[in-house]
Amino acid sequence: MSDVAKTIEAVWKIESTRLIAAIARVTNDIGVAEELAHDALVIALEVWPDEGIPDKPAAWLMTAAKRRAIDSLRRGRMLVEKHGEIARDLERQQHQLGEALEHALDQVIDDDVLRLIFTACHPVLPMEGRIALTLRLIGGLTTAEIARAFLVPEKTLGQRISRAKKTLSEAHVPFETPSGDELHRRVESVLMVVYLIFNEGYTATAGDEWMRAALSEEALRLGRMLAQLLPGESEVHALVALMELHASRNAARRGKNGEAVLLPDQDRGLWDYVQIQRGMAALEEADRLGGGAKQYALQAAIAACHMRPRTAEETDWDNIVLLYDALLQLNPSPIVALNRAVAVGMAHGPAAGLEAVDAAAALAGDSALPGYHLFPSVRGDLLMKMGRLAEAREEIQRAMAMTKNLREQELLANRLRQLETQPEC
Amino acid sequence: MPQFLVAGYLPDDFDPSQMDEAVGREIHALNKEMIAAGVRKFACGLGAAKSLRPQTDGGVLITDGPYLETKEHIGGLWILECADMDEAVAWARKGVIATRGQVEVREIFFQPSPD
Repeated sequence: MSDVAKTIEAVWKIESTRLIAAIARVTNDIGVAEELAHDALVIALEVWPDEGIPDKPAAWLMTAAKRRAIDSLRRGRMLVEKHGEIARDLERQQHQLGEALEHALDQVIDDDVLRLIFTACHPVLPMEGRIALTLRLIGGLTTAEIARAFLVPEKTLGQRISRAKKTLSEAHVPFETPSGDELHRRVESVLMVVYLIFNEGYTATAGDEWMRAALSEEALRLGRMLAQLLPGESEVHALVALMELHASRNAARRGKNGEAVLLPDQDRGLWDYVQIQRGMAALEEADRLGGGAKQYALQAAIAACHMRPRTAEETDWDNIVLLYDALLQLNPSPIVALNRAVAVGMAHGPAAGLEAVDAAAALAGDSALPGYHLFPSVRGDLLMKMGRLAEAREEIQRAMAMTKNLREQELLANRLRQLETQPEC
Repeated sequence: MPQFLVAGYLPDDFDPSQMDEAVGREIHALNKEMIAAGVRKFACGLGAAKSLRPQTDGGVLITDGPYLETKEHIGGLWILECADMDEAVAWARKGVIATRGQVEVREIFFQPSPD
């Protein structure tokens, strides 16, 4: 990529969110706003390499978007509907639209960006639509980049985005920040989108590593943005804490040959302590706001428990069990129960852990959970610690048959090899 | 995500009280924008400098004024958290426009302590 193209891309990345938010305030439709902003980018890509980057790129892009908007209006492809009053003649409509867009950027306030986030994460959309739209509109990622990150063809991703925009438009979703009880419910949806984006980058092992790292970073950035825009929402700070604490271990999560290294075996010298401090500070902020016992805060507190001691052996497993107890009350999911069982095994010995795994499995029932292979995997681990090696082998083989994930299979195969070298009790 | 130092340079005889009101407004607006974008970790202006030089006798000589004898000196800085140098430069570009000053960007490195 040429230097100018790289510069334009960087400028776009930092200006596009405000630009789209400003246009959306006038057009009241984020789909139209995104298209106009994008048209403006296409014009910039033609003009800037020759004329140089303008001093105020956002204003330049807005002027270009305004011309396109007036064009579309003239061709009858856009409807002006501002504050319910519709100008009767086309000339006045064009003038009003132009004026409104011209001034929109000067008045862009944080609220507009917040409105954009809430609209992109609207519950009327399917989760995959929310994720794609959020990355596109707020993250400034291209359709190609998002497709690469989610391992779907670009065409599919493009359709996903246009379907999402169409749904918002057809459902007449207003461009606004919800208030009162509705705000909390909608914040939940936004946080879920951000966390899913983070996890897509953090936990998935297939696909393009570079793009996946970009996803985690984008999620962190979104989280930090939200913490600035919604400083009073404790769960926003808690999610930022959770993501910072997870991300701080990135350099330690892969061995020399790219193999997965689990938390107890990680080289703690490779953790990013600056990032850990930020995570801890965000968790304190969530606590200070009175949200210490909410979902993300509990998860972040568990992560913090793992990261405070200098060695894995010094981990306060009793405290972790208590935190999982609280989390299980809020979210009685089999996966949370299974994680709790692992902690119980560490705190009170493998026999107690095994009992807790069976309780977790009972909670799961017959449902085919994602990550279900973790049940035999954890059971095998505990049986191994108890010296019941034949049973342990059976469980681990069962787990291997249940996962397609190569890194997981590698870990399990290692465990099997470990088993072979242990004397039967 | 990497962090970057975006340092702004001002003329030697710069007097903050003489700063154009419009410039002040633009700098504030840029700061708000950086905060809302989730990139700003820290920002500040800097006061007058004292310089310290090691002497051959093992002592330290302290003088008033900046160490380098140039026409411009560092007058303020941002610490930004950005995806890469390109993005940091894009913010720094806005810094140049807002402050009407020279700006320098450097990545900040963190070395974890060995123990």
